[in-house]
Amino acid sequence: MMKFRAILYTVALALSPILAQAQFDGEFIKPRNGRFLLQNATIVTVTKGTIQNGSVLIANGRIEAVGTNVAAGDAEVIDCSGQFIYPGMFDGGSQLGLVEVGSLAETQDYAEIGQVTPNMQALVAVNPNSIAIPVTRVSGVTTILATPSGGMFPGTAALINLNGYTPDQMYAGFKGVILNFPSSARRSTWDRRSDEDVKKDAEKAQKNLNDIWERATTYHQLVSAKAALPYYPEMEQLAKVVSGELPLLVEVNAASDIELAIKWLENKEIKAILTGVAEGWRVADKIAAANLPVITGPMLAIPTRQSDRFDASYTNPGKMAKAGVKVVIRSNDSENTRNLPFNAGFAAAYGMGKEEALKAVTINSAEVFGVADRLGSIEVGKDATLFVSTGDPFETRSQIRHVFIDGFRVPMSNRHIRFYQEFLERSPGLEKN
Amino acid sequence: MKKFTSIIAALLVLGSMPSMAQTQKGSILIKNATVITITNGTLEDTDVLVENGIIKKVGKNLSASNVQTIDATGKFLMPGIIDAHSHVGLDAVNEATSPITSEVKMEDVVNPYDVGIYRALAGGVTISHAMHGSANAIGGQNITLKHRFGTSNPQDLFMQDAARTIKFALGENPTRVHGRGNNNQPRTRMGVEAVIRNGFNEAIQYKKTWEDYNAALKKKGATPIPPKFDTRLQTLVDILDGKIIIHCHSYRADEIYMLINVCREFNITNIVFSHVNEGFKVAPELAEYTMGASIFADWWAYKFEVYYSTAYNAAILTKNGVVTSINSDSGELIRHLYHEAGKAQRYGELTDDQTLALITINPAKQLGIADKVGSIEEGKQGDLVIFNEHPLSVYAIPQMTFVDGVKYFDINTDANDMRIKVSATDAVEPIFLKEHDERCMHGVDFFFTNFGRNLFEHSH
Repeated sequence: MMKFRAILYTVALALSPILAQAQFDGEFIKPRNGRFLLQNATIVTVTKGTIQNGSVLIANGRIEAVGTNVAAGDAEVIDCSGQFIYPGMFDGGSQLGLVEVGSLAETQDYAEIGQVTPNMQALVAVNPNSIAIPVTRVSGVTTILATPSGGMFPGTAALINLNGYTPDQMYAGFKGVILNFPSSARRSTWDRRSDEDVKKDAEKAQKNLNDIWERATTYHQLVSAKAALPYYPEMEQLAKVVSGELPLLVEVNAASDIELAIKWLENKEIKAILTGVAEGWRVADKIAAANLPVITGPMLAIPTRQSDRFDASYTNPGKMAKAGVKVVIRSNDSENTRNLPFNAGFAAAYGMGKEEALKAVTINSAEVFGVADRLGSIEVGKDATLFVSTGDPFETRSQIRHVFIDGFRVPMSNRHIRFYQEFLERSPGLEKN
Repeated sequence: MKKFTSIIAALLVLGSMPSMAQTQKGSILIKNATVITITNGTLEDTDVLVENGIIKKVGKNLSASNVQTIDATGKFLMPGIIDAHSHVGLDAVNEATSPITSEVKMEDVVNPYDVGIYRALAGGVTISHAMHGSANAIGGQNITLKHRFGTSNPQDLFMQDAARTIKFALGENPTRVHGRGNNNQPRTRMGVEAVIRNGFNEAIQYKKTWEDYNAALKKKGATPIPPKFDTRLQTLVDILDGKIIIHCHSYRADEIYMLINVCREFNITNIVFSHVNEGFKVAPELAEYTMGASIFADWWAYKFEVYYSTAYNAAILTKNGVVTSINSDSGELIRHLYHEAGKAQRYGELTDDQTLALITINPAKQLGIADKVGSIEEGKQGDLVIFNEHPLSVYAIPQMTFVDGVKYFDINTDANDMRIKVSATDAVEPIFLKEHDERCMHGVDFFFTNFGRNLFEHSH
């Protein structure tokens, strides 16, 4: 018996190092912050030219130094020879994080019931652990405007960075109320309403909009006069637009609707941004004259009219930019928000030019969202939200090597990459033995 | 009056006559291009001569009399892009009335007026595989189109010398339409396997009935009763006899493996899997037993069966030896397949040749037309596209597109409005904010009027 017990102890002792280990292999790479020196890169600052053989020092979440002579100190050095540093790219409108599987209603958190729901907060429904977020950020898209959709006032969009475990950790400092401006366009080629019905619906929506706006204005006046009002969260939110506290993101696409929207906004002293603007090129001068910034996209879309030139969607942002409109590009996608740089690439190729297209996904976006003091370019003092690539990030053949968000070095991994690692050389292959 | 009537009658007769006319064949000499042959490397400063629709010569300092010459100095010439999965140029997509509809033919619903065909040309696409939808386990017979845009005769678009193909579909779409929509088999992936297996077995019986009848006919004095002809079963017999290539809509690895096994059992080797989002999980099997996979570059997560996808699919499949192509299944994507292919370089770093094969020779193999198109080789058809930059650059813009040596797209001289028919019913021209994404499930919405939500938003 004694002997048996001794054996048992021996066996247990021998096994103990194994038992102390967890029941799984490998180690998970987490985002980590610290001091990093990105060395010997071509730095495309966007706002202050391009620096050859330069370095960027990242510390405390910020860009601490940029230049050709930056000492590493105790920073972790990352050699970027032959590579390029860009500021993180913005997507000016996406459902990323608000939906997990497109067709499954259980995972669609972007569209609430009702026509007037401006108090629906995208930031509340953003899933920081969406599988699509790491899939997106390894492309260099670091910051997106998460946008609700649906009714006339579907909710409040929020600018988020693509790193963090709570919406608050992701929040990047901009919110805006969305208005789907009454549309004379068809939602898609499946929209088979008669011409007359389309017109009637638009007129009815316009009347509704004016009624709602009047109510919001009245609500704002009463609140300003310190009146005691019953709980009315929808008007409370719209009053913030009336007061100028929150901007209005006006989704409008058909040329005649854009003109109506410009007219509608004319006498209102609010901050407005036009979004969508698919036919902006038709009325570009009017948008420029109204001094309204535009968030447009995707470029990779069919022309709105059968009679349009094949490249109408590709050339749209360039034509608006040339007319003097400040243009921001969006993907309006969700899981494939990673295609934002390719949309910008098409805009660049079809008339916008590379430099302007790069601005349309970096500094223009930061300015339109009012966060240019922290984001949108490689400058000392700004947030360390940037990426390193082997070449022009709009080119599909370029590889993105490192991504930093708010000073966190995010892992260059996601489920798509892990599948590649597992299945490139599957084991077992065709035969089990 | 009488004269007028007779003219009308004559026109009616003419109009009803099947057109047997030859489609136009052109001659063209393209000089000094960087010629991406696909099968024989990239040739600098090279000329390509097309005569009567056929590539006559590839070489330097070529000349030809009475042939229009195009100077392509500094430009890139590649074979016309081929889309192995498209619904452009079709008036209908799904005959969603039975889990097996192999009697249906897409050649009956070709719409030559679809401006989508021109937009595809503007993206360098010269051939598209116009497919039946994915509502049925065994769908209709597809038609391969050459983009001879400008004709009003559907037959002018047919690639007459292409192989016969048929659409199959696995997974969520057929089980939703028939099982959950109509309470018929299949409702599960078990049912899909059974429907296909039953179809093949019934076809074998049908074939035997005809063989018995034909054998009986040969007996002296015999007067056997002929069996009833059945196009649906005869088409399945043709599949079993290797006369038709299956193009199967599929996503998950398990269902792909299922159909590989069924095909092996029935000695079918002419099978291409389409979409194949989880093809990377069964890449060795696809390489060994099939004609390959025709995939999306990066689409995923639009429905549950594509949630576990990877944009590295093209790279994994290619590096495992699977004949792989990238298709559009979309009137939007078909306009920039060269860019879709380019994403295979972002995700998996394929070489330029591997990547361009995804939209040229590989889809040609899968459509059974690789001896005629898909590369720049002497003797092949003169389907060509000129780009201003390397076609895998995001900044590349197609300049001219040729089918059979005839120019159908020219970025510098074409009108903006290229419609060849304007709808009389549209008082004002409609404005569409997007093309409906899903063409695969087009035409089955009437099954779902009670669902209360749009099931078709992303249901490829």
